[in-house]
Amino acid sequence: MKNYDTLLNDLAPQKFGRKGVIWTTLLVVVSIAGIIAYIDQVIQGQVVTNMSDYALWGVYISNFVFFVATSFVSTITVAVLRLTKNAWRTPIVRIAEIISVAAIIMAGLTIMIDMGRPDRLLYLFIYGRMQSPIIWDVIIIPTFMAIALLLLYFPLLPDFALLKKHFKNTKPKLSKWYGLLSLNWTGSDAQKSIHIKSIHLISLLIIPAGFMLQTVDAWLFSTLFRVGWDSTNMGAYFISGAAVAGIGALITVLYVIRRSYNLENYITDFHFDKLGKFLALTCLIYLYFNINEYLIPEFTSKKEEITHLNVLVTGEYAPLFWFVIVGGLVIPIIVLFFKKGRSPLAIFWVSILVVLGSWWKRYLIVTPTLLHPFLPIQGVPEAWRHYFPSLHEWLITAATLAMCLLIITILVRYLPVIPIQRTADEQEQLKTGKNLES
Amino acid sequence: MEDNNKNSRRKFLDKGLKLGLATAIGGMAISKISKLSAKSNTGTGEFVELMTTDGTLIQVDSSEIVEVVHTTDPDKKYNVREGKPNRKYVMVIDLAKCKNALKCQTACNKHHYITGEHAWLKVYQMQEDEDTAPYWMPTTCMHCDHPACVTVCPVDATFKRRDGLVLIDNERCIGCRFCMAACPYSTRVFNWSEPNQGDMTMDMEMDMKAEGSCHSSPEFAGLPSVIGTVDKCDFCPHSIDKGELPHCVTACPNGVFYFGDKYEDTVTNGDETVRLSKLLRDKSGYRLMEGLGTKPSVYYLPPVNRLVDFEEGLEYFTEFKSVENPEKS
Repeated sequence: MKNYDTLLNDLAPQKFGRKGVIWTTLLVVVSIAGIIAYIDQVIQGQVVTNMSDYALWGVYISNFVFFVATSFVSTITVAVLRLTKNAWRTPIVRIAEIISVAAIIMAGLTIMIDMGRPDRLLYLFIYGRMQSPIIWDVIIIPTFMAIALLLLYFPLLPDFALLKKHFKNTKPKLSKWYGLLSLNWTGSDAQKSIHIKSIHLISLLIIPAGFMLQTVDAWLFSTLFRVGWDSTNMGAYFISGAAVAGIGALITVLYVIRRSYNLENYITDFHFDKLGKFLALTCLIYLYFNINEYLIPEFTSKKEEITHLNVLVTGEYAPLFWFVIVGGLVIPIIVLFFKKGRSPLAIFWVSILVVLGSWWKRYLIVTPTLLHPFLPIQGVPEAWRHYFPSLHEWLITAATLAMCLLIITILVRYLPVIPIQRTADEQEQLKTGKNLES
Repeated sequence: MEDNNKNSRRKFLDKGLKLGLATAIGGMAISKISKLSAKSNTGTGEFVELMTTDGTLIQVDSSEIVEVVHTTDPDKKYNVREGKPNRKYVMVIDLAKCKNALKCQTACNKHHYITGEHAWLKVYQMQEDEDTAPYWMPTTCMHCDHPACVTVCPVDATFKRRDGLVLIDNERCIGCRFCMAACPYSTRVFNWSEPNQGDMTMDMEMDMKAEGSCHSSPEFAGLPSVIGTVDKCDFCPHSIDKGELPHCVTACPNGVFYFGDKYEDTVTNGDETVRLSKLLRDKSGYRLMEGLGTKPSVYYLPPVNRLVDFEEGLEYFTEFKSVENPEKS
């Protein structure tokens, strides 16, 4: 029991310090600014954006794709590492689950921002037609959201019971909440057996769900004729890209939490080293699909493809394109090949690069394609030939990112970021040398 | 015990249903018989001679003659999403005749009350290659038979009719713009802001009253335009209704546009009426981006033997504009 005391003292949710309060306030302010901008957009119409009849989708859609990609983190880490029996995952899974839940919730909200008639949202359910890829999205996003929530909640049950006891005298109100959430967890053998089975089932479910989610997202584009989207590469390309975005986001958040909660004893250099290797692997796979996506059209040199590629490689979008490829993929891969590059601080900066690269990558998938339709752009204002988000769009996009971080922050405030029960079990196992189930 | 219960319940249901069915059939039979007997009782013995549809004369008891009741008014039965029965509207655009006079565009903008920067009908300055001759190419909605826009619409707001038209129900459209991304012809436009149709709404209402409809319909030139929804060329079903040609066809001074019915194999540009199949064969008609499999309803005749130089049309060409501001003009 003494064992638990140190663990609980270290890992039980704590009140924010000064920095935490400032951080949260900042996020709230950005979110409110975005909400005001959105209300203005609803009143005036989407004329407040810089979208036009040609650049008919913009940063809202690319931001949505980014959120969807990031939500893949629980599939790729929690479920895949669990099924491959990588025991080192214990201190990182909770954070991965939290990021996944926050990202998929924000993905659901972000896509509505792009709707010209948000008041007709219900029509999607009343008149929905299965043949439209948008309806596939309408089905898979809530499904994935439900599974991601369960994957976060189920492993939390023993921890809630522990926290109920822990806060019994200091914070009776909080303790009561934890008690309610623990669903009368006593830790009996019967409960444990059901618990392990359910978690196993959910982590089995989230793999196909995650793959479907990313694939449907890719098909939103590849089911259309446009040059740059009309590619059979898209599904695999999006899945591998999602793994990169997800693990990048995970390492970034992990580093910040480790520093602010002083969890160096739990999230060790070893974990960063492992995650660094994992990130390098996913980056390599993604690079491979990028080569497929860009090199083959360059080789066959169809006229429309070349126009599109030239804009990316040497034209208007070249700086962004090369930042994404070199900064977001090549440099991280090189750095992560070295042991020193996988030290926590180095890998943190690499992950920041990866996340930034991932965000802009989605922008590059959505925007340039639309600006090169099959027929020339004529008879419309000059401004319609280009696209860069307006102030409204930036405010709203920043707010969605802030809200995502806010959800993560709130969950980190009230949930144990490292599974307490499991850590205790593992320590026990180390002492006794017994094998742990699951 | 449970099994027994289930069985007896099943039996009861079975019997009940059979009994019900028997009663219903019996009831029907009785009413039929009583009707028959009623008829035979009231026979007058007076016969009337009538001619059947195949031309033979028959005699019928005068009491048997009943006036044919027109069950429904065909106008009221008309379904906007089905379209005109037994029609298949097509257009032929003769590129050899186009001089970029832009009267088609002006007429289209006027009659569809287009207030944004987005004309539904555009005339492109085209050139396949630097060695080949430039030409003018007007584009409308292609009203494809395999419309990519209709396939991807999540709420069935844009739909394909039996008479070939692809229309938009702007009371249904959720503004996702997926159809715009799907259309390879870039024909769809979006109402990014409140369409400031202003004083024109009165004209619209009068027009609509004249049409006999008092509420907006996808058929009525997309009127009025609705913020946050998609618009596009509609092939002017409101003109077809009146037995008139679409506005672009009548406005064109050079007879570029032919409009007609594929089933009748006839198209007309207002001056001459020609056989569609012959026209397409003789002048090597083609459709835009046939390779995409969209099967457009708009055919093009190649820009051969043009009467005037390409440069003559250039004086009207405005690269960044296609709509006159209605308030100013």
